[in-house]
Amino acid sequence: MIPKQPRTHYLNISYGFKSWLFTTDHKRIGLLYLVSITLFFFVGGAFATIIRLELATPQGDLVQAETYNKLFTMHGVMMIFFFLIPAVPAVLGNFLIPLMIGAKDVAFPRLNLLSWYIFNLGALFTIYAVVSGGVDTGWTFYTPYSTTYSNTHVLATGVGIFITGFSSILTGLNFIVTIHMMRAPGMNWFRLPLFVWAHYATSLIQVLGTPVIAITVLLLAFERVVRIGIFDPALGGDPVLFQHLFWFYSHPAVYIMVLPAMGVVSELVAAFTRKSIFGYDLVAFASIAIAVFGFLVWGHHLFVSGQSVYAGMIFSFLSYAVAIPSAVKVFNWTATLYKGSVSYQTPMLYAFGFIGLFTIGGLTGLFLAAMGLDIHLTDTYFVVAHFHYIMVGGTIMAYLGGLHYWWPKISGRMYPEGWAKLGALIVFVGFNLTFFPQFLLGYMGMPRRYHAYPEEFQVLNVMSSAGASILAVGYILPMVYLIWSMRYGPIASSNPWPATGLEWQTSSPPPTENFEEIPVVTWEAYEFAGQE
Amino acid sequence: MYFAIFFALIALTAVTVTISFFDLGRLNAVVALTIAVFKATLVILYFMHLRYSSRLTQVVVAAGVGWLFIMIALTLSDYLTRSWL
Amino acid sequence: MAENHAMTPHALAHHFDSLDQQREAGTLGMWVFLITEIMFFGGLFLTYILYRSKFPHEFVAGSHALDIRLGAFNTAVLIGSSLTMALAVYYSQVGSRRLLVTYLTLTMLLGLVFLGVKGIEYTEKFEHHHFPGADFQWEDPAQAPALDGNPGAGKVDGRHVEMFYWIYFAMTGLHALHMIIGAGLIAVLIVLAVRGRFTAEYHMPVEITGLYWHFVDIVWIFLFPLLYLIGRHE
Repeated sequence: MIPKQPRTHYLNISYGFKSWLFTTDHKRIGLLYLVSITLFFFVGGAFATIIRLELATPQGDLVQAETYNKLFTMHGVMMIFFFLIPAVPAVLGNFLIPLMIGAKDVAFPRLNLLSWYIFNLGALFTIYAVVSGGVDTGWTFYTPYSTTYSNTHVLATGVGIFITGFSSILTGLNFIVTIHMMRAPGMNWFRLPLFVWAHYATSLIQVLGTPVIAITVLLLAFERVVRIGIFDPALGGDPVLFQHLFWFYSHPAVYIMVLPAMGVVSELVAAFTRKSIFGYDLVAFASIAIAVFGFLVWGHHLFVSGQSVYAGMIFSFLSYAVAIPSAVKVFNWTATLYKGSVSYQTPMLYAFGFIGLFTIGGLTGLFLAAMGLDIHLTDTYFVVAHFHYIMVGGTIMAYLGGLHYWWPKISGRMYPEGWAKLGALIVFVGFNLTFFPQFLLGYMGMPRRYHAYPEEFQVLNVMSSAGASILAVGYILPMVYLIWSMRYGPIASSNPWPATGLEWQTSSPPPTENFEEIPVVTWEAYEFAGQE
Repeated sequence: MYFAIFFALIALTAVTVTISFFDLGRLNAVVALTIAVFKATLVILYFMHLRYSSRLTQVVVAAGVGWLFIMIALTLSDYLTRSWL
Repeated sequence: MAENHAMTPHALAHHFDSLDQQREAGTLGMWVFLITEIMFFGGLFLTYILYRSKFPHEFVAGSHALDIRLGAFNTAVLIGSSLTMALAVYYSQVGSRRLLVTYLTLTMLLGLVFLGVKGIEYTEKFEHHHFPGADFQWEDPAQAPALDGNPGAGKVDGRHVEMFYWIYFAMTGLHALHMIIGAGLIAVLIVLAVRGRFTAEYHMPVEITGLYWHFVDIVWIFLFPLLYLIGRHE
C-alpha cells in the first residue's frame, strides 16, 4: 500500500515568506533554524578548508600568519556558537519535543520565534566582524591579548556572541517549562523518550551557564572600550579570572553540544534494535549527572595557566568523575544491541559512528584531564583531535543521523537510502582520516594554531588534509539528496521505521497543532512489544 | 502581612546601616551580609510567595543559589590555595 | 463580572489547556529567567570578591567616597516599591482594577525616584572624575573628604581604587538598567490595566512582572552592603 500524505499539514497550511517569518509553530521555527545553521556550517567549513589547504605544506605559503590566526578563530566561533550549540536542540529539539511529549506547541511560542531572530541578529554582528577584517584572538578570547593588544574586530564578535547567548537561554528556558508543564495526560517523567531527558539536561546548562559568558563578554567589551584593568594585569586585573569565567560556561557548553546528540543516539539505538534502551533510568539520570558534573570541571582548561596545583587536583579528580555517567551511556547503548534485531539503515550507521568516535574522544579527554600528561599535550594537535572527535565525530554524526531518522516526519518524504548509506560511509572514513593523524601529530609535539611546521610532520598533515576533502564531500552529499527528496522522494508513512514515540503516531508531516486529538499515554517508553 | 514584612525590611536596613558605623573587624562583612541574606529571604518567601509556591519553584530557586555557590567556591579554591606551595 | 468572563477565552493561548496551566507555565518561566539573572550578576559578585580580597585598602577608600545616606534612602525607596508591587499583585488577584492601577503607578514612581537619586550620585562621581577610564583621577586619600577617619590613608594606589569604581559602575549600572526595563514593563501593565485587560482569572503578566521587580530589589539588597557598608572599616 502506498502511504498517502494528509491533505493539510504544517508545511502546506500557508505559503509565502510571511507565513514562515511570523510563524509561531515550533516545527516551522525548527526548520528556520535548520536553514540558518546550515548556512553558518558551510561558512565555518570554508574557513576549515583554507586551514587544511595551508597545512598541506610545511611552509606558510598560502596565507600569512595573521590571516591564519583569523581563519582558525572564525572557524571556531562560527562552528561553536552558530552551529554546534544550536544544531541539535534548536533544530531537532524544537521540532520534536512538543511532538514527543504530546503537546500542541512549546510553552512560549512567540519567545521561540524571538530566539531565532536574536540568533540571527547575533550572527549578523559576527558576520560583520568576519567580512570587515576578521578577528584573531582564537575562539577563547584570552585576555589581555583580546582586551589590550589585538587590533582586530573583537568587539563586534563579542557583541554577536553576547546576543546569540540570549537565544540559547530562551531556547533552554522554553524547553524546561515545556517539559514540565505541557506533557500529555499519562506522559509521566519515566515514560519520556530519552531524547527529552537529554534536552532537559541541556536546557539546565544553557540556563545556568550562558549568563556567565554574557557577563564575561560584557566585561571584556567594557575593558576594551574604557581601557581599565578588569583583566589586564598591568592595571591590577587578573587574566586568570577571565579564564575561570570563560570556562565556567564554555566547558559545560561542550555538554550543550554533546548531550542532545546522546539523546538522538538513544532514540536511534532503540528504534533500530527494536528494543527498549537497556537501563532506561540510568541513561536518563546519566544525562542529568553529566549536566551537573559538567559544571564542576572547568579548571582542567587552566592546568598550565598559573592555577593553584591544589585546585588543579580537585578539577582533575572531578573531570574523571564526569567520565562515569558518559561511560554508563555508552555501555547501555552497547548492551541494548545485545540480542536486538539490529537493522543497518542510515541513521543507525551514524549512531554506530557516534558511539565509536565519542568513545575515542571521551577517552582521550581523560588523557588531558591527567595533570602530568596535560602539560605535555597542552596546546598541541592532540587537543584539537580530541575535541573534534567529540564535536564532529560525536555531535555532527548524531545530528546527521537524527536528521535522516526524522526526515520522513519533517518533510513527509523518504530520503534515498543508497545514497544516504554511501554518505554515512564517506563521512566516517573522511572524519577518521582527517582527525586521527592529528592525535599522532599532537603526541609528537606539533603545536596548534601555527600556519607553518617542521617538515617531519608533513606526511600526517597531508593525510589530514586529504581526509578533510573527503569529509567535505560527505557533508555536501546529504544536503543535495535531502533537498532532492523534498520533491522527488517517495511519500513516507506516518511511522516508516517503525518506531515507538508519540511523534510517529501523528501523520507525516504533522498538522500544525501536532495531533488530531491530544494522545493519552498508557505505555512505557520504547515498548515495542505492545505495538502492532 | 505585606506591611509587616515591609517594616521588618526597613528595620533591618536601619540596623545594618547603624552597625556599619562601628568597627567590628572581620565581623563587619559577616554581619552586613547575614542581614542582607535575611532580607532577601524575606522578600523571596513572602513578596515573591515562594513559601506558598510549588515544590518545583522552590527547587529552581535552590538550584540557582547552589550554582552561584559552585561558581564562587571552585574559583576561590584556586585563588585561596595558590600560596600553599 | 459578566464582562470579565467574556474576556477570559481571549486570554488563553491556543496551545494551553487551561488558564491555570498557562499561569503556572508563565510563573515557572519567569523563575527560570531569574535564575539566569542570578548567574549573570553572580559573575560580577565573584569578581567583586576576588578584587576586594586583592585590594582591601583601595576598596575601603573607594567605598568611603560613596554617600551612605543616599544609598540608605534608595534602599528604603526600593523596599517600599516592593511593598507596593506586592500589593498590586494582590489586587490583581482579587480583581480590583482601581487599586491595581494605583499601586502599579506608585511602584513605578518609586522606581523613578530610585533612578533619580542614582542619577544624582552618578553625576557627582563624574564631576569628581571617579568614572573609570582615561579621565579617572584619585586625589591623595589624606586630603580626601573622610566621613569618619580614613583608615586606608597613605597606602592607596589610585589605579586600584579605579577597580573599585568600575565594579561599582558595572554593578549599579546593570542594576539600574534592570530598573529601567522594569519601569517600562510596569508602564505597559498600567496601560493594560486601565483598559481592563486583567481580571481575577487572568493576571499572569502582573504576577511575573512582580517577580522580576522583587528580584531587582533583592540584587540591590546585596549591592548596598557590599558597596556602601562593609568598606567603612578594614
